[in-house]
Amino acid sequence: MEKKNKQKVMLGMSGGVDSSVAAYLLQQEGYEVIGVTMQIWTDTSNDDGCCSLSAVEDARRVANKLGIAYYVFNMKEDFQKYVIEYFVKEYESGRTPNPCIACNRYVKFGSLLDKAKSMNIDYVATGHYAIIEKVEGRYLLKKAIDDTKDQSYVLYNLNQEQLSKTLFPLGKYKKSEIREIAKELGFGVASKPDSQEICFVDDNDYNNFIKTHSNNTSSIGEIVDIQGNVLGHHNGITKFTIGQRRGLGIALGKPMFVVDIDIENNRVILGENDDLFVKEIYAYDLNWISIDKLDKPLRIKAKIRYKAQEQDATVEPLEEGRVKIIFDEKQRAATPGQSVVFYKDNTVVGGGIIEK
Amino acid sequence: MSKTIYLDNAATTKLNPKVLEEMIPYLSDMYGNASSIYHIGRESRKALDLARDKVAKALNAISNEIFFTSGGTEADNWAIKGVAFANEKKGKHIITTNIEHHAVLHTCQYLEKYGFEVTYLPVKENGIIDIKDLNNALRNDTILVSVMFANNEIGTIQPIKEIGKITRERGIYFHTDAVQAVGNIPIDVEDLKIDLLSLSGHKFNGPKGVGVLYIKRGINILPMIHGGGQERNKRAGTENVAGIVGIGKAIELATKDIEKKNKKLTDLRDMTIKGLIERIPDTILNGDPEKRLPGNVNVCFKYIEGESILLMLDMKGVCASSGSACTSGSLDPSHVLLAIGLPHEIAHGSLRLTFSIENTKKDVEYLLETIPPIVERLRQMSPLISKQ
Repeated sequence: MEKKNKQKVMLGMSGGVDSSVAAYLLQQEGYEVIGVTMQIWTDTSNDDGCCSLSAVEDARRVANKLGIAYYVFNMKEDFQKYVIEYFVKEYESGRTPNPCIACNRYVKFGSLLDKAKSMNIDYVATGHYAIIEKVEGRYLLKKAIDDTKDQSYVLYNLNQEQLSKTLFPLGKYKKSEIREIAKELGFGVASKPDSQEICFVDDNDYNNFIKTHSNNTSSIGEIVDIQGNVLGHHNGITKFTIGQRRGLGIALGKPMFVVDIDIENNRVILGENDDLFVKEIYAYDLNWISIDKLDKPLRIKAKIRYKAQEQDATVEPLEEGRVKIIFDEKQRAATPGQSVVFYKDNTVVGGGIIEK
Repeated sequence: MSKTIYLDNAATTKLNPKVLEEMIPYLSDMYGNASSIYHIGRESRKALDLARDKVAKALNAISNEIFFTSGGTEADNWAIKGVAFANEKKGKHIITTNIEHHAVLHTCQYLEKYGFEVTYLPVKENGIIDIKDLNNALRNDTILVSVMFANNEIGTIQPIKEIGKITRERGIYFHTDAVQAVGNIPIDVEDLKIDLLSLSGHKFNGPKGVGVLYIKRGINILPMIHGGGQERNKRAGTENVAGIVGIGKAIELATKDIEKKNKKLTDLRDMTIKGLIERIPDTILNGDPEKRLPGNVNVCFKYIEGESILLMLDMKGVCASSGSACTSGSLDPSHVLLAIGLPHEIAHGSLRLTFSIENTKKDVEYLLETIPPIVERLRQMSPLISKQ
């Protein structure tokens, strides 16, 4: 084996099945793998989050089993700045953020990639399910083979430089195959459940999280209907998201949903299911992957939430880098702060953040 | 990896083969319990007695002042909690410093939850306390002063003799965590007027998992581990015979020829410090240039993180550390570097190299070739440098 010529890759390891098998697959492909767990969050009693101490222990066991180097990086400051503060601020502004997208953009493929570069390591890799392909000088981000696990949505913010330095070894596998490999290798993590919730929020209780991390103490405001009639009161807008039905704290006799959050007047606006449907939305903070920029209307499929189905739509350029998305059919609960990602077949065209 | 250069002797040291040799019989044929009356038990008892004599001799103590523990951390815990709870009727005030090892700091913080008051003395920029601060902090209800002999991160040596004089005059117990000092500095507990002293075997080429608390005769201290009557009813549990034999041999070897050994270590240390400062701009030596352990180098390279340097040195076969090795996974800025007044972002960029007599000038030359390009590369990438 010519060790000297091996390309090096820094792999983010969470101790879970996916990144553990990713380590093995990269090794099989001939890379020198350096496993890393980012210590991002310690202010929690929860010991099973994706970057907890037990995650470190699981990841270290896998690294030892494969005979790869393994380190723990202290990324608490960056995570605090780019993810936690953003997360809290977005809720305070009446929007519903996606912290995973911010973490990928600024921490995993930002700070971590910088660390890799400074250490002469050629690539960063993660156990995300997505595919990167170079076509005619351009790096494309594509959906994973396993469409039930595809994570291209949370990666739409990667630029050409980041994509050129990133490897996703799992993109061409089905999750069931990955679990099978983990089992064959005897990784203790093979049967660990998939992580689902926001990694830094205990029990998915994000209301409580925001309460303890926000400087703006939540203030009592009105709950109104579309006509402006006061239906009741709330004690903080951060508890609400568009499309929410449960936990409104008032009985109305018919199904009512949050259709808008009026931050200026500290009001939550309720409507009926039909009121949640819109034909057009706007987005800002765009990143384009398969195209350089959007200069004319483009037919695409748009996805407005991680778990949403893609929908036929046209995306049109506006001034100041904003875009307008016109759906063929009305869409339910497009939520400000969430991302809208555009696809052409299996390829990510680009994406941005939904505005009001 | 072609070679390994081990420069983390403050974290732990290599077991001396002569020590291992003496331990082996007690890990095989001589397995008797030292409390048993038959001959293999008596062999173990004899070995314990001998080891106790060796430790006592090394510290100028007497044998029944030596109590074996599971290591330095247990010794620190025992000294502080044992004295605090035994003497709380006399007073509930303890004085320590803000650069102690966590074994002392966290123990003191624990006692604060039980109504003890703790004064954490600051240190000067060179990492050494000001005796005036100690004098000012002493109160009528002060029962214990605990000041480390030498610091594990920056190697600075505290004025132990002066502290011993003051505390002895006032009738206040004086404990010192000498884990880093044994084998590097001659220690005479009588002369230095030390009442309690912690040490740890693996810091001076002995085995891990064994330490000592020296307790001067007549000190009022409670046991912390209850059970059988071992260690004269003060520390229960079947003795770790092989470990204790090991620490006895190791301290005997480590305290021989200290001056000759120190001459070599001091040369390596000063050559490294000088070379790094000359070759790398914006390099700061942490701690006192002279009142420091002979094998301790601790520097900060401004604008970069220690973590990245360590990883790159690891890839080049150099075992070094940033701050202390006792953090659970990753590195927070060290409380010691913050205590000597370094700003947060600089405290992140520290590198600790701690030599043993096995290191050579060649190792230093390799270091001085290897470190500058690493620092330069990391600085090129550093987001901190553009802010300056």
